[in-house]
Amino acid sequence: MIGYLLRRILATVPVLLFVAVLVFLLLQLTPGDPAVLIAGDYATTQQIEAIRHQLGLDRSILEQLAGWFARLARGDLGVSIFSQLPVTTLIGQRIEPTLLLSLYTVILSIAFAIPLGVVAAYRAGGWLDRVVMGFAVMGFSTPVFVVGFLLVYVFALTLGWFPTQGYVPVAEGWGAALRSLTLPAITLALLYAALLARVTRASMLEVLAEDYMRTAHAKGLGPRPVLMRHALKNTAVAIVTVIGVGVAALLGGVVVTETVFNIPGLGRLTADAILRRDYPVVQGLILLFACIYVVINLLVDLSYLLFDPRIRY
Amino acid sequence: MTRRSMLKGMALALAAGLLLSPAMGHAQPSVLRVRPFGDLKAIDPIVNSDYMARNHGYMVYDTLFAMDETLAIKPQMVDSFQTSADGLTWTFVLRDGLKFHDGAAVTAADVVASLQRWGQRDGLGQQLFANTADIKAADDKTVVLTLKNQWGLVLDALGKPSSNVPFIMPARIARLPATESLTDPVGSGPFIMKKDEWVPGSKVVYVRNPDYKPRADATSGMAGAKQAGVDRVEWLYMPDAQSALNALQAGEIDIFEEMPPDMLELVARNPKIRVQPQDTLATQVVFRMNSLQPPFDNPKVRQAIRYMVDQSVFLAAYVDDPKLYKDCPSFYMCGSPYYTDAGWVKQDLAKARALLKEAGYKGEPVVVLHGTEAGITNTFSSVAEQLMRDIGLKVEPQAMDWGTLTARRTSKKAMNEGGWSLFISAPTGADMMDPLGHLGLRSNCDKAWFGWPCDDQIEKLRGEFAMTPDLGKRKEIAKAIQLRAEETVPYVPLGQLSLVRGVSTKLSDIPAAAVPVYWNIKKAN
Repeated sequence: MIGYLLRRILATVPVLLFVAVLVFLLLQLTPGDPAVLIAGDYATTQQIEAIRHQLGLDRSILEQLAGWFARLARGDLGVSIFSQLPVTTLIGQRIEPTLLLSLYTVILSIAFAIPLGVVAAYRAGGWLDRVVMGFAVMGFSTPVFVVGFLLVYVFALTLGWFPTQGYVPVAEGWGAALRSLTLPAITLALLYAALLARVTRASMLEVLAEDYMRTAHAKGLGPRPVLMRHALKNTAVAIVTVIGVGVAALLGGVVVTETVFNIPGLGRLTADAILRRDYPVVQGLILLFACIYVVINLLVDLSYLLFDPRIRY
Repeated sequence: MTRRSMLKGMALALAAGLLLSPAMGHAQPSVLRVRPFGDLKAIDPIVNSDYMARNHGYMVYDTLFAMDETLAIKPQMVDSFQTSADGLTWTFVLRDGLKFHDGAAVTAADVVASLQRWGQRDGLGQQLFANTADIKAADDKTVVLTLKNQWGLVLDALGKPSSNVPFIMPARIARLPATESLTDPVGSGPFIMKKDEWVPGSKVVYVRNPDYKPRADATSGMAGAKQAGVDRVEWLYMPDAQSALNALQAGEIDIFEEMPPDMLELVARNPKIRVQPQDTLATQVVFRMNSLQPPFDNPKVRQAIRYMVDQSVFLAAYVDDPKLYKDCPSFYMCGSPYYTDAGWVKQDLAKARALLKEAGYKGEPVVVLHGTEAGITNTFSSVAEQLMRDIGLKVEPQAMDWGTLTARRTSKKAMNEGGWSLFISAPTGADMMDPLGHLGLRSNCDKAWFGWPCDDQIEKLRGEFAMTPDLGKRKEIAKAIQLRAEETVPYVPLGQLSLVRGVSTKLSDIPAAAVPVYWNIKKAN
């Protein structure tokens, strides 16, 4: 087990290096120049050249890449070309809302989707199943900005229960923080709950058709212990995999939802940095996202041990 | 009631209380919440000519002079000034009691260092310093500027309202090279930046400067008394306009800058919101051609574009309300001192087609850098593309984000090597008022704005303009420049637009100034 863990962790190093080099080269190929954006709309060519030199952007790609790796080896992700703030500070400012929004969304999704998926599978073909699957299709198909603006119109502008936009940091109180994230979390949860409900239903249907389920019924067990103890536990591997992918995607930033609700999360930081060609910030973020994906995949793989005793590493 | 149901009830009540109750708090300071038109990407208003950096500058820095509502330049940090009889020596004396946010007194040495850094970056500043023999601090409060030749625009340069503004900062900061961005936002303006609360891309916070000493004279434009009217100003950048509108309607923000024209109707009947011009000068939309590459390297083709344009067609495509736009028959802003309609031609598509024929146009593609993010650029580019097709040009629009556009337009290469033919932009009126500071009329080849028009005659006239102290004579020169520009067509003005902001009716005393500023504003509870 420990050997497996070590092997997995070591295997991430070349993956991260590959991602880092690839992102660096892709950014160099992208049209756009941060020096031009810094100098502004009305700068002359000479002024732009001077800024490019100051930022070291006139050096060769290899020189720039070597410099970036040298700093990375010292744990320094560099500073933003624009704000001159350290990349770690910028990421640090955005982690809290993203983390909280992701957790809130996942909790809401699990709380609604798994019971709905189980019920839909148990009543497969009935009206309840159709209602749940109808909800799932709707949740999947409706763009998040439509759901977001509808929720804002009803619950913020009309009823005044929640703010229309913005994020209140936890330092100003958990209540205010959760209140500011409720509408965006519901918006995202509709999408993830739809996905999760469908996966739960499909896995449950497969398990419910197994011989051991007939045995459980024959033993005289009621529907609740059959579903919860025998069926659901056997679908857990598929469900956890979907949850893992969902968490990684949420932590990687959800630009549209963050934009509609004006949440200063990692998604918007990434989009802004790409649009401005703020290379150090983009590189730092991509490295972070690669790490998040690697860690979550590892956790998901390890969680299989809990649900399926046949799995050994 | 079972223990389990009681616990459930308590948990639900707690959760509802947490989520639905407004945040508990103590007596709150007065906070002005603004959705600015853009994000403050960088805080150095000298290295960056970006308008958000300029607006940030007005929060934290002060200026020697400022433009009043009649567009006259008035003293601001300066208490008194005098000029020698030959017009070569200018002496400025600072007001008493001026202090930086770190407590240090503002001295003449700070002024000299600040102006020297600004003079390396700003176009007008460069010309001032090219004509400067010496600038020095005679004592703690006195700055002496000695010119090489008589130069008529000293006050215009020191009081210019838009980028780059000659803001005064401590000498220790102003000594940074003019290509290196400053990181310390200490100034002597009416607000202090809370850099620890700055979240780039989201939030900028300023608090009242308790030591700021306003002028005694009445506020007028950007001049006169200025003072923080609220304890705290928060710039909350929201990239999505609909989210900003929601926030304004819900009272979460007090000002929504650059409200898109299609939203005006949505707030028209809201008694808690009023709509007002964002600045007094408006903005001029420009059709900028690349004078180095075919087909716009041919003056006749550029003249064809001149006859193609009817400003009202472009303006009406962007905004319905005629009060918000102006068909302005001049290269200079309507209402500005050098405005003239001399030589202005009206739309004549037949003439435009004839000029193209005369030019021997061979069907070279017109590559349009079509910025899709900004509303003005997007709409005006679409109209321009159709009109150009109508007169017989082969149009090749290339849709792109603003970041790509700003990089592409620096290229002087041919079309098949990533070059370009035209882009549309909307500089603020303050940058389009006089021949010297004018962005589009500058025709000094490589040193001109992207598009690089080259014309000795315009440059000679601009040189004369700078050396002429008499306003009447300067107006004559400005007129001559316009007449010449009608022939060379360095760019084509597409009209004037008033940018508007949505404002909460709780606010009062909002300055009507050349650029959006946030001093003096009061907010009712």
